[in-house]
Amino acid sequence: MTAAPLLDVRDLRVTFHIRREGDMPWTPPRPLHALNGVNFTLDPGETLGIVGESGCGKSTLARALIRMVPATGQVIWNGEADLTTLSRHQMLPYRSAIQMVFQDPLACLNPRMTVGQIVAEPLKTHHPGLSRAEVKLRVQAMMDRVGLLPNQINRYPHEFSGGQCQRIGIARALIVEPRLLVCDEPVSALDVSIQAQVINLLAHVQRDLGLAMIFIAHDLSVVKHISDRVMVLYLGRTMEVATKANLFANPQHPYTQALLSAVPIPDPVAERAKVVIPLEGDLPSPMAPPSGCVFRTRCVRATVRCAAEVPALLGGDHAVACHFPGAAESARLHAGAHSR
Amino acid sequence: MTLLEVRDLAVSFATNDGTVNAVNGVSFDLGHGDTLGIVGESGSGKSQLAFAVMGLLAGNGRAQGSVRFDGAEILNAPLKVLNPLRSNRMAMVFQDPMTSLNPYMRVADQMAEVLIHHKGMSRAEALADCVRMLDAVKIPDAKGRIRLYPHEFSGGMRQRVMIAMALLCQPDLLIADEPTTALDVTVQAQIMALLAALQRDFGMATILITHDLGVIAGFCRKVIVLYGGQVMEQSPVESLFASPSHPYTRGLLHAIPRVDQEGGELASIPGTPPNMTGVRHGCPFAPRCAFATEECPERLAPLTQFAPQRWRACNCSPEELE
Repeated sequence: MTAAPLLDVRDLRVTFHIRREGDMPWTPPRPLHALNGVNFTLDPGETLGIVGESGCGKSTLARALIRMVPATGQVIWNGEADLTTLSRHQMLPYRSAIQMVFQDPLACLNPRMTVGQIVAEPLKTHHPGLSRAEVKLRVQAMMDRVGLLPNQINRYPHEFSGGQCQRIGIARALIVEPRLLVCDEPVSALDVSIQAQVINLLAHVQRDLGLAMIFIAHDLSVVKHISDRVMVLYLGRTMEVATKANLFANPQHPYTQALLSAVPIPDPVAERAKVVIPLEGDLPSPMAPPSGCVFRTRCVRATVRCAAEVPALLGGDHAVACHFPGAAESARLHAGAHSR
Repeated sequence: MTLLEVRDLAVSFATNDGTVNAVNGVSFDLGHGDTLGIVGESGSGKSQLAFAVMGLLAGNGRAQGSVRFDGAEILNAPLKVLNPLRSNRMAMVFQDPMTSLNPYMRVADQMAEVLIHHKGMSRAEALADCVRMLDAVKIPDAKGRIRLYPHEFSGGMRQRVMIAMALLCQPDLLIADEPTTALDVTVQAQIMALLAALQRDFGMATILITHDLGVIAGFCRKVIVLYGGQVMEQSPVESLFASPSHPYTRGLLHAIPRVDQEGGELASIPGTPPNMTGVRHGCPFAPRCAFATEECPERLAPLTQFAPQRWRACNCSPEELE
């Protein structure tokens, strides 16, 4: 028998009720399905990368896992508890096991607290029995771990650069010794040279502490660098999940292929030689998603069947939600045959 | 023949914290129909450089040096000189298409304004031209959409409107300041392909300002690498990526994870970008540079040519970096 995964997410759904500008007071709010039945598992120590365009539900997924937004479905932790059904009080021990790192490094730190207070706060909340000396000791050790200097402990967030603020955010997340770190676009606000520092830091602490990580980013190069497995989201649905090697070398879903081909490569020869699979048009409104496969309106392979049937996510290690999965080569040949 | 000639351009801002020297002596030439990429991190002065060229600096900003457009000096030139040039012969596409379009005006009105003002067209002629230009930037149903307000477009479509507006008078020079930074990667690919096609068709010189070396690699012929408001390296795009000659450029290239390669540890550049307040001597990159010598914090090497079409500003020779 295999051990239960650290996290087993089944049919996770998040629906927001939106009142549009100009709606009358008696108009019922419209539902917006931000997440529409997402399934995945995460093993201890594993990194799952989540990619997709803005509005695809990446951040909502992160927030739903830690119950910052109400969700339905199951989030089973370690085979022992369904996080979506727990009361506030019952949830408390799991909150220290799952910690989050946010996108905007300055906005997620309280400007009126010193670095020492910010990093100590989760520790005091989850381990109220610790002595002040012990708390200080642990805070200093953690600051050292993430590359902050000991003399910075009494400084305020505004005195730090973006990269250093992100280090403070990481220290705050790690101080309660979580088993899962949820990173929501942790490096997208940072400059390239600083981004590399933070990615390396995350990779190191993950390896040293055996953390599982959910790494959300819109930059596929970054996700490829840090993840073991990658999940591609589009309009709140999973399009493809696979190991990093499979997904990047052999993408099966036409959306994944288009997404990958659009990533600029910092090499003039490779960049000019690569074939971009164009995506026509814009992301459809999540208020009125297309019937059947949500991607069909921008898909080169779409047929009548795609409008009628929602494709199921099929296949074990390399799962694809598409009626006509296959390598990009066949699609390109197909397009070539048309133009001839 | 040189279209744009920038010499020793310096931009400084008077702030409550002292003088911020955003750009410190930048020089370059741009020929007709050429494509130049300016790459740098935030605070490297790349946007202020563009604003100074266009005469769009904030009130507390001061520009020194010389910018000659088609032979005529335009730096700190009076509006009487600048206005007939701007959007007519040199145009700019800004980073955030929502805040740079007027939310109170229909797209038709803000686009037609340009042609009515510069070309003296009638409103009907101007509108017909605008629709043609929106077609050229591939906005579906341009005729119907031109009557909409900016907020009724998506981010990518708004950026297309911005580009169409900049190209209305078929300028000789287009400056695109981070045109795709606010957009998703698939939309970015659409916009960059569009810009490249338009650049070919109209043959305008283009300056592309970005922090993304991947975008530069696909679009530009020449590249300038800025750091701390100074040019670290200038080179044709192929040789910059194949054999970067400055420690900063090398660091940058090694710090980016690549989607087409397997990566181990990323080589990060230690430290943080420089504080631009106050006067600085020496190389701005010296505190973060692995090759820095005692001389570097004191003295910045002048930008010197070391190969055809290639310039670098470093106290170490290219051989010493190997």
